[in-house]
Amino acid sequence: MDTFVQQLINGLTIGAIYALIALGYTMVYGILRLINFAHGDIYMVGAFAGFFLATQLGFAAGPSLVGLVIVLIGAMVIAALVGMAIERFAYRPIRKYARMTTLITAIGVSLLIENSFVAKLGAAPRAFPQLLQEQSYTLFGNAAISKSQILIFAVSIFLMLLLQWIIFKTKVGTAMRAVSFNLNSAKLMGINTDMIISVTFALGSALAAAGGVLTAQYNPQIDPLMGIITGLKAFVAAVLGGIGNIPGAVLGGLLIGLAETFVVGYGQNVGVPTTFRDAVAFAILILVLLFRPSGLLGSTVQEKV
Amino acid sequence: MPILVKRLLAAFVIILLLIAINQYMSDEGLFGFGVPPYYGRVIMLAGINVILAVSLNLITGFTGQFSIGHAGFMAVGAYTSAYLTVYHAQTWEHTLAGVIGVTAAHALIFLFAILVGGITAALAGLLVGIPSLRLRGDYLAIVTLGFAEIIRIVILNIDKVGGATGFTVPGYTNFLWVGLFAVLTIVIVYNIVHSDMGRALVSIREDELAAEAMGINTTRYKVLSFVISSALAGMAGVLFGHYTQFLSTNDFQFIRSFEIIIMIVLGGMGSLTGAVLGAIVITIMPELLRRLPGDLSQYRLVVYSALLILIMLTRPQGLLGTREFGLSWLKRPQRRPEGDKPVGEKGVPIAEQTSSTSSEGRK
Repeated sequence: MDTFVQQLINGLTIGAIYALIALGYTMVYGILRLINFAHGDIYMVGAFAGFFLATQLGFAAGPSLVGLVIVLIGAMVIAALVGMAIERFAYRPIRKYARMTTLITAIGVSLLIENSFVAKLGAAPRAFPQLLQEQSYTLFGNAAISKSQILIFAVSIFLMLLLQWIIFKTKVGTAMRAVSFNLNSAKLMGINTDMIISVTFALGSALAAAGGVLTAQYNPQIDPLMGIITGLKAFVAAVLGGIGNIPGAVLGGLLIGLAETFVVGYGQNVGVPTTFRDAVAFAILILVLLFRPSGLLGSTVQEKV
Repeated sequence: MPILVKRLLAAFVIILLLIAINQYMSDEGLFGFGVPPYYGRVIMLAGINVILAVSLNLITGFTGQFSIGHAGFMAVGAYTSAYLTVYHAQTWEHTLAGVIGVTAAHALIFLFAILVGGITAALAGLLVGIPSLRLRGDYLAIVTLGFAEIIRIVILNIDKVGGATGFTVPGYTNFLWVGLFAVLTIVIVYNIVHSDMGRALVSIREDELAAEAMGINTTRYKVLSFVISSALAGMAGVLFGHYTQFLSTNDFQFIRSFEIIIMIVLGGMGSLTGAVLGAIVITIMPELLRRLPGDLSQYRLVVYSALLILIMLTRPQGLLGTREFGLSWLKRPQRRPEGDKPVGEKGVPIAEQTSSTSSEGRK
């Protein structure tokens, strides 16, 4: 029972990170029908932005809550700017072309970011400065929750609620929903669609960067290729929940995080090696899509001629 | 000249040419001329990539089904055949050599390995294709990617084929094999595309609902083209494994599938010669960038990805679009009936144009 609770906590921690990244995928897809393959790399950029902020501003010396807040917000702002730049210079010029073209461009951007970071910083992992005095609190017997896990839950819940508020209660959010409903009509209604798309990229990138900094607190190792697998799984989470659907992305992220942790924790008992950790996300995705082709919470679109 | 004679002649010339190139690329060289091993390697990999790109073009370019799992089928072919050649080939070859001679036995065994690789990859394609081809667009893409990753991780856990440490494979592949199968792949795909099956596939790409309404069994054709495409990818995997002589599951990560897609998009989706061109360009480009002066060569992958984005921004329809590059301009121009224009006049296949506008309009 104790280990079960422990696995649950660990799974939800990873799941929350996946959810944060998945939100960016799902928002961009909802508006542009574009799989933004560079999004996983934005998560990495966020982590590195946090790293450089922390070391340059002198927060690396010891734990400080102020430092953490500044690093987190700074990384989110930097990532948002990077996301907006990518949209402006790589995606906007080819928006009207075939889907394949935009997809290849997205892959190109992803490769560009990864390769630039590897060329400039080297592929070796770096230790992220710990801005939080790590401490564990015991729950139910032996199960424990660490301070960084609490941080992950608190920040991600706060950010998700903030996102929900932006989308449903603000003018920009209303415009975002209109654009994702129908881009051309939204334009006809006087919405500055280019601006809204830009804002969407900024929001999604900021969330991914938050995920990057939080992960780096929980597991303090960052490297330029850390976004590939995490990004892919977050994307799977977005599709699992129903791509374009915001609560779906959160649900998908949490499910994938849990599944992964349970495979590592209990897989051996039923003959599933821990190396299947990376496969389980896909297995779940395939199973779900076979029975619900538009994801768990996605709406099925009736096909018309 | 009767068509059969013409074709036999063409086949003869091609085989002669391949033998000559193969000799040229071998250690002894052709009439004293040889190619440095480094260039030989690039040419071999280009040939294998041509098979991969042309086969993927069948399902993605002509049928319009977006698959990013090609590396998975390649891996299936590579590993099953390697299992054969590592554990069984020697004894078989030994027995066969007594009957038909050493060279023939060697060739026969490898041909068998290639066929086995192709067939198992086709079976994998069937298993993956039947459930997943019901999905459309991006969902299909992510599911094929998922299957490919699962295949890779399953192989990673089979100790008999090396698992995580890699698998050393005998080197059977030479350019004759690669060239032969590249030509064979192009001929097969060309013939499919120009047959009634090809018409059905293109109609599925253009509008699946309309195709179905016209009485085309869309599922059957989609699965069929997926299976053929997987089989060819499996054969490319066999050639790849027996060329590099070392298999590691890292060679079959999804980035490899991306690379193949990049080839066909770069060359022009739905163009056979485009796929060939794309495969060659994508193989050679990173190698050429090695020659960048001084410090820049450290950034060759950065330059490579920047070039990729730049090509997409400036030529979004790919280098050839849906056109074919060939010798037809030598012939007298033939009048096409009105309405038989090649699709995608402005570089955008009609399917993409209509589906993107209509899906937006519908919602």
